[in-house]
Amino acid sequence: MNFYSIRAIYLFEMSRTWRTLLQSVATPVISTSLYFVVFGSAIGSRMVEIDGVSYGAFIVPGLIMLTLLMQSISNASFGIYMPKFSGTIYEVLSAPVSYLEILIGYVGAAASKSVILGLIILITATFFVDYSIDHPFWMFSFLVLTSITFSFLGFIIGIWADGFEKLQIVPMMIVTPLVFLGGTFYSIDMLPSFWQGVTLLNPVVYLVSGFRWSFYGLSDVHIGVSIGMTLGFLALFVAIVWWIFRTGYKLKS
Amino acid sequence: MASIISIENLTKTYDSGFQALKGINLDIEQGEIFALLGPNGAGKTTLISIICGLVNPSGGQVTADGHDIIKHYRQARSKIGLVPQELTSNAFESVWDTVNFTRGLFGKAPNPKHIEKVLRDLSLWDKRNERLMALSGGMKRRVMIAKALSHEPRILFLDEPTAGVDVELRREMWTMVRELRESGVTIILTTHYIEEAEEMADRVGVINQGEIVLVEQKQDLMRKLGRRELRLALREPLSNIPAGLKDRDLSLSEDGYQLTYRFDSQQDDTGIPEMLATLNDAGIDYKDLQTRESSLEDIFVNLVHRND
Repeated sequence: MNFYSIRAIYLFEMSRTWRTLLQSVATPVISTSLYFVVFGSAIGSRMVEIDGVSYGAFIVPGLIMLTLLMQSISNASFGIYMPKFSGTIYEVLSAPVSYLEILIGYVGAAASKSVILGLIILITATFFVDYSIDHPFWMFSFLVLTSITFSFLGFIIGIWADGFEKLQIVPMMIVTPLVFLGGTFYSIDMLPSFWQGVTLLNPVVYLVSGFRWSFYGLSDVHIGVSIGMTLGFLALFVAIVWWIFRTGYKLKS
Repeated sequence: MASIISIENLTKTYDSGFQALKGINLDIEQGEIFALLGPNGAGKTTLISIICGLVNPSGGQVTADGHDIIKHYRQARSKIGLVPQELTSNAFESVWDTVNFTRGLFGKAPNPKHIEKVLRDLSLWDKRNERLMALSGGMKRRVMIAKALSHEPRILFLDEPTAGVDVELRREMWTMVRELRESGVTIILTTHYIEEAEEMADRVGVINQGEIVLVEQKQDLMRKLGRRELRLALREPLSNIPAGLKDRDLSLSEDGYQLTYRFDSQQDDTGIPEMLATLNDAGIDYKDLQTRESSLEDIFVNLVHRND
């Protein structure tokens, strides 16, 4: 394992984060805070509790999950797309690094940033709502696992994209709707049974449900299913990345 | 001399069906400056890109310092530094950071002393804290060279190193390249500035339409293919070439004041004394004479056109 190479890529990517601190940290924190203010404090105070949890607290895991998914995808996709766009990718491709090392560097940095953001939002939430964490170990595990999994997806999107528009399409057109319809703001029990069935086709349901379970012990689906589904996504994305590297798709002609 | 890069039967056909390389065989000797010449689209960049790992070969084999570039890519690539043709940079990074990044990327432990030396050699030391976007094109080119040298490669590829670079920087680069060669680095440069190859190279290879047309010591090449010219500046204009010299390779300028004689510098008998004697006999007087060797450029143009 080439430690110096991994470190170089990782630190390079992280330095991008610090350089754009306002954009990369402040923006998601502010937008999530707005959700807490509007849905948690203002509207939430007029809503009934869901399974004994106040509405403001109920949406905390979902909102963190929203940030994790969006940030993991955008960090990782941007991280690999930028060198492709500017041409500096030649350096990474001509360096004595294995694909695994490239992945650890890029995906590791994107996931680290998401985990840090997730924790910052978790702390921010304490200013707006009272919540508890019943299973801190699982909470953190979900945080890390989701960040890594969706950083892989971001990496794939960054390689696939050949313009800034494509870079935005997947987070905006696919991930945002899936998160909003994935039980972030409601329990899927509240839906008519037909729509409950449809909702179960939404992968984000399993992520939000598992994450919420780690907070309050409440879940729409069994925790084992949530863990299994998350690992399933991870396996799927890893397989796609493996195929990209094996074929040189959009990296090498 | 031992070869440091060995290329055997290398082929590349792009997905579009374009055959960029058609069975290249080439050995680069350790410690030399090798100039790869060829017109645009001849396959120069494809060849370099394959050796450096940017493009997958379709067939054949390449070793760098004895390591197969695919099976033992780590060992092979750690020996190679690449300065690509296109100026690319992470605009927001500082010179110091970007050069150190490359060293790390190539798996080397940090070595600020070495980086400082590289930056000083390239007159970049004063600019080390500047962001790349603030640098001029010539400075960016230097940064790319500094990056390529950051991990102490034994082989350096310079793909069109002086494209778009002013005369002064070009001279500086040539000096730097010679110094690198002195320190044992093998240098392969592609160029279509023939002047550059003529100035620097030990050996010259010409690539055209994906094939190596010729590989020669530069001196041999100049000698073998070199034609010389003798130019005579006449006192009085001539209207046509004197009768006694019609069978020689002579040409007369339009104004009639310059007579040019072409001869093969390889021949013992250049025919010059006889020609001058004939001119004397005919009473043709001249005030100046000069000889000129044909340049690599002439040779190159001839070679490339011969293959058309």
